[in-house]
Amino acid sequence: MNPFELTIGQARAELEKGNLSSRELTVSCLDRIKDVDRELHSFLLVTEKEALQQADAADRIIGSGGGAPLCGIPLSIKDLLCTKGVVTTCGSKILENFVPPYDATVIEKLKAQGAVILGKVAMDEFAMGSTSENCAFQVPENPWKKGYVAGGSSGGSAASVAGMECLASLGSDTGGSIRQPASLCGVVGMKPTYGRVSRYGLVAFASSLDQVGPLTRDVTDCALMMNGIAGYDRRDSTSIQRQTPDYTASLSEGLQGLRVGIPREYFGAGLDPEVAAVVKNGIEILKRAGAETVDISLPHTEYGVAVYYLIAPAEASSNLARYDGVAYGYRDAKADSIIDMYRETRSHGFGEEVKRRILIGTYALSSGYYDAYYKKASQVRTLILNDFKKAYESCDVIISPVTPTPAWKRGAHVDDPLSLYLSDILTISANLAGIPGISVPGGLSREGLPIGIQLQGSHFGEETLFRVAYNLEKGTGLANRCPDLG
Amino acid sequence: MKITRQEVEHVARLAKLNLSETELVKMTGQLDTILAYVAKLDELDTEGVVPTTHAFSITNAFREDEVMPSLPREEALANGPKKNGEAFVVPRII
Repeated sequence: MNPFELTIGQARAELEKGNLSSRELTVSCLDRIKDVDRELHSFLLVTEKEALQQADAADRIIGSGGGAPLCGIPLSIKDLLCTKGVVTTCGSKILENFVPPYDATVIEKLKAQGAVILGKVAMDEFAMGSTSENCAFQVPENPWKKGYVAGGSSGGSAASVAGMECLASLGSDTGGSIRQPASLCGVVGMKPTYGRVSRYGLVAFASSLDQVGPLTRDVTDCALMMNGIAGYDRRDSTSIQRQTPDYTASLSEGLQGLRVGIPREYFGAGLDPEVAAVVKNGIEILKRAGAETVDISLPHTEYGVAVYYLIAPAEASSNLARYDGVAYGYRDAKADSIIDMYRETRSHGFGEEVKRRILIGTYALSSGYYDAYYKKASQVRTLILNDFKKAYESCDVIISPVTPTPAWKRGAHVDDPLSLYLSDILTISANLAGIPGISVPGGLSREGLPIGIQLQGSHFGEETLFRVAYNLEKGTGLANRCPDLG
Repeated sequence: MKITRQEVEHVARLAKLNLSETELVKMTGQLDTILAYVAKLDELDTEGVVPTTHAFSITNAFREDEVMPSLPREEALANGPKKNGEAFVVPRII
């Protein structure tokens, strides 16, 4: 077995026993990247020198008997988390040369625990997209099938974990951007409760929806990563002051007395029968583990996409107003008036999808349309949130598919943005409601493409999600798998 | 039609974006399709429903007004496309 094939849990045990050094593990991942990234295109930047220095530092700590659970573990980072002194592009030409002068809080935490950062991975520009095809630099492949999308917007994170180029990755989820690529690439991905993980240093897309979270090869690793990044941060005013539990503590507990909600609206028309069968199998696994099932209704589910594609662009149009060519990033130097400089900089710096969303958002917030669009969407958001509150009176977790279909071919949705937006319907509501969700591998389609199962919990219900996810994983036996990359 | 070409031009001006003729035609069509879809929200009666801006009601996070270290000017200016050692330089405004 190659060191890069180990999960975090396994690698940690080998590191502690002295059977493996972090340098050996890191070199193994760097070699793997050299072998497979020509095909996968996950990494925008490999920081080999810094990674080896971090590995050596971790080895010294472990050698002296210390080290946090993530000490010496090689990770990839979605390129929208600020890394001090290391280019952070957000998948956009407008930030092509941006070198952050500080680390995001989650990066600071990982570094303080001795984790090894291998580099920055591809994503849809400003996290706007569901396939990573909106990346200005390169498009990651689905490791399971060439020519198929890895999902998005954290496509590089999912591909790098599934392709075993790193042991785990950090992504971000605004409408499904961790859970969806995790599902399409056959890995575990969690979107934590809004406010559970600091957003300081995360390049903002839609501030009321964005949340940082891990993508990993099994559920235990996901809990270990959450232990490493969760917690209050005074630099994020929306971060919640609340004790962070040890997420690994409850993993192996059984499911006796647990109520699993099955939302009828998530199993409607347009759901691929193979996906439905995988989720049904998941439900049977949970029943065998002692859970009971409850039929529930989330009646406003069908309005989620409409709400999301008003609120997220509205927030984005405001957040992205900062890209004006003045203080950092790309500037069109030809303009001789400041207004022209703004316009030329933004017109050349942003890609098509980003412009589209800025236009929708600006329109939805503009005079005369605010009430009809933004306010209306924010009211329906309340109805969606209330649906979940009501549902959690009769169940503890909600099980559903993550996406209506497995991964699709690249280019399938070009010039038809709405058809792609509609594929987000099963993940979007969790962001609108601020609740946590996790995607766990559930099976493979006949074509050999991964299909995930989604579990959604109540606010700060991550522990329950991990416990259910762990039981699910035990039942499917689908942990730490990698397709044959030749 | 939910949105006209003139409205897209207006919104683009507000957002400080220049659109080519091809972009303008394409965006008008796509925005029209998207806005026709989101009009689905009008099916719902939301009279009296309080809008949600954050899933949690967040109150102001007050803290003491203490002097803390901030980013040194040199580092703050480091990413500037054009600067003079003290400030960012932009085209003449006045």
